[in-house]
Amino acid sequence: MMRPRAFLPHPWLSLFLLIVWQLIMNDLGAGTLIMGAVTAWLIPLMTNPFWPNPPTLHKPLVLFRFTCTVLLDIVTANIEVAKLILGPSRVLRPAFVEYPLELTNDFAISVLASTVSLTPGTVSSDISDDRKTLLIHGLDVADAQELIDNIKQRYENPLKEVFECSTT
Amino acid sequence: MNDTTWIEWLVAALILIGSVFALIGSIGLLKLPDFFMRLHGPTKATTLGVGALVIGSLIHFSTKGDGLSMHELLITIFLFITAPTSANLMAQAAMHLQLKRVKQTKGEPWQQ
Repeated sequence: MMRPRAFLPHPWLSLFLLIVWQLIMNDLGAGTLIMGAVTAWLIPLMTNPFWPNPPTLHKPLVLFRFTCTVLLDIVTANIEVAKLILGPSRVLRPAFVEYPLELTNDFAISVLASTVSLTPGTVSSDISDDRKTLLIHGLDVADAQELIDNIKQRYENPLKEVFECSTT
Repeated sequence: MNDTTWIEWLVAALILIGSVFALIGSIGLLKLPDFFMRLHGPTKATTLGVGALVIGSLIHFSTKGDGLSMHELLITIFLFITAPTSANLMAQAAMHLQLKRVKQTKGEPWQQ
């Protein structure tokens, strides 16, 4: 008898792959569904050795709420950046901000970095070798501490809840 | 006004919004003064610009009668995965080459 972990190492990745497969095929027939299920089962199984420290998803609902916050932020922040771009460039206050990371899991950090890049006005540029600081470039930063607090409260805390105690 | 024209207006509005944001992103790419600031233009245009275009396309093809059409969502998913990665790589390359940045930039890029 195989342990469920060995049989299905990344259930959420499998679900994601199945959804992507269905979107590619754009068809809900039984044939595509079976093919998709087999793919979604085999790919995580074969790529498992390349993923030494897999994250575990603790609270899918928090992740869902987090996604909604990010999507809303993208819309509002996009409008603000559009204004900044169309306005005079001289008044902009670009800055490099060092963001102290609390997340420890690699995958969680990359999700946070992607979120920071996707929300307009900030681009994550680099991560320190010890994985404790993220370098962020902001297009117009009035107060670096405020930016850090904002990211911490809106993005990192929910991510910490979702992926917490995932380093084993 | 019947149903189809209402949907056409919605689709037209979404396409227009998407194009406007893509245009603003490109303007940013053209006029912002240094590389790090120019990086902000295209990463933003992809999120809201392409997002609005994709939703427009989704509504258009789903209401044409050929059933639900969702595979446009894939474009968004792949963009959301690749756009931050490429922006990050370009920023790292720029820091490595020590590209010029405008004087009022606060903080320092790293040398690792």
